[in-house]
Amino acid sequence: MKKEFLTGNEAIVKGVLAVGAEMMAGYPITPTTEIIHYWSEEQTKNENLKFLQTEDEMAAGFATLGGVLAGKKAFTATAGPGNVLMQDPLSMAENMRLPIVLFVNQRGGPSTGTVIYSQQELNLSIYGGNGEGLRIVYSSSNVQEMFDNAIKAFNTAWKYRFPTIVLSDGYSAKTLVEIETYEPKEKNIEIIPSNAYLLNKNKKIGQYVNLRNTYNLEEELHTLLESHQKEFNRISAELIEFESYKTDDAEIVIFAHGIVGASSKIAVDALRKNGKKVGLFRPITLNPFPKNEAKEIASKAKKILVTESSMGQFERLVKNNLYGQTIEIETLLKPAMGISPEEIIKKLQISN
Amino acid sequence: MIETSLPKSWKEESKPHKFCPGCGQSLALKILGEAIDEMGLQEKMVYACDIGCSLLSWDMFDVDTIQTHHGRVIPTMVGFKLANPNAITVAFLGDGGGYAIGAQHLVNAAMRNDKITAILVNNANYAMTGGQMAPTTLVNQKTDTTPNGREVSKFGNPIHGPEMIAQIAAEDAYIARTTSNDFDVCKNIIKKALQNQIDGKGFSFVEILSMCPVNWKMNAQESMDFIKNDMVPIFPLGEIKKSN
Repeated sequence: MKKEFLTGNEAIVKGVLAVGAEMMAGYPITPTTEIIHYWSEEQTKNENLKFLQTEDEMAAGFATLGGVLAGKKAFTATAGPGNVLMQDPLSMAENMRLPIVLFVNQRGGPSTGTVIYSQQELNLSIYGGNGEGLRIVYSSSNVQEMFDNAIKAFNTAWKYRFPTIVLSDGYSAKTLVEIETYEPKEKNIEIIPSNAYLLNKNKKIGQYVNLRNTYNLEEELHTLLESHQKEFNRISAELIEFESYKTDDAEIVIFAHGIVGASSKIAVDALRKNGKKVGLFRPITLNPFPKNEAKEIASKAKKILVTESSMGQFERLVKNNLYGQTIEIETLLKPAMGISPEEIIKKLQISN
Repeated sequence: MIETSLPKSWKEESKPHKFCPGCGQSLALKILGEAIDEMGLQEKMVYACDIGCSLLSWDMFDVDTIQTHHGRVIPTMVGFKLANPNAITVAFLGDGGGYAIGAQHLVNAAMRNDKITAILVNNANYAMTGGQMAPTTLVNQKTDTTPNGREVSKFGNPIHGPEMIAQIAAEDAYIARTTSNDFDVCKNIIKKALQNQIDGKGFSFVEILSMCPVNWKMNAQESMDFIKNDMVPIFPLGEIKKSN
């Protein structure tokens, strides 16, 4: 373990290298571009690392899937309009249970929006594509978590074979801070190996694999999707992660994710100093969502404040998961803008 | 007893194949199968198909295969080749996949000189969806979306893919146009396109003119005549680029 000064984008590349990533295909887009810079730099030093700058994000995603099919631990990274195009390959990965890893540093939307910051790619990352949202989505709240979740995402993707997305934002991606980096074995993290789907080294002569994502019969696809959903439900308990901060006696619980969660944590401490019983519930896995834990908190508190840099994408997710609870929900929603601890404090000081 | 002559690399369980009667694409795939047999590629290649009619070939071969999304077969194989440079990769696609919805991939793979073999079927229409205009539809040719025939003033002239790609391809690329109606010539060209990849030379691209009797609303003889009399004069056959 060592301390290093890194930006979020550097931390992601350090993380994927630590967990044994072998290939990246990508298309530059702000605020994610530096991931491609650092990876292309790394691959000049190590001939086992593969890199392709593609013509667009669809090519980036499909070339990544090509690498995965050939048995490489491959990943890509994008943002905003690039994430829109990325839904094409993600949808194929979701159908075929291919372990693609995607890093999304959210920028403002819709459309070209703004280039640095937002939390508006939650819907797209979980539910994008013509499918059922069977993707594993992490949300990092700071640069340290961008490193940690990069390692986690590869193991999750290759263990469970669902597309795995790590959400962050351009503020975190471009902030230079000191974090702790480590090799997975220093923390007893076992690295899940990769195997080729096609031309596997154990392939026997006369045995062939024919893979598809198109089905002839409605029943065939229905059966496939049911089995995927069943598996997703089964693994959810193993996967869910969250931070529950000072919620035990909290009368008001802030629900936030990503960097707004970090901001909320500062607000909790400040409000506690003034005697207000406030806590924070921050899902680290947005999908699957820590539903039972959220419900338990909602059953004890008097009020929830949902805050996010979006018009209510996270709020809807929270409400869906709290179905049946009658707790009052307030919101502080600022699409495309950062949310400071002071704003959260102000919101809760005037709130009863 | 009639002796059948199916390629050894064709998967027996999925036969008869799923293409329409008289389809030129199934002929192209039979020719590809024979090329695979003769070159001994069955155990070391990956075959990838686009969607459109070509998806019907997802289980055509006893070869490791993958079916992708529309237009995305080229980047999938580019990624595969990058990850496994020893694999012989074939991207099989239609004229929509190569010249419309995935044109950027064809152009950029050619520019990068990616060492894959792309085989594109030109049947002058979008056949799987029932016969709409393709970039390759001939001037005045009637389709579901050009009921009065393709008008140049509205839709331009048919695309000349191999000629266009030859303009940007590297010196050691292999680019040709052939037709699945001419079995021997077509096989020779497919084999050369595969050999160019095996030799590690460069990007290989073959366009195959192919009959579509169902959507052309023609019988077998008319379809063969259409290729010969209508398509070949517009889309000249032969090798457009070959390395020495």
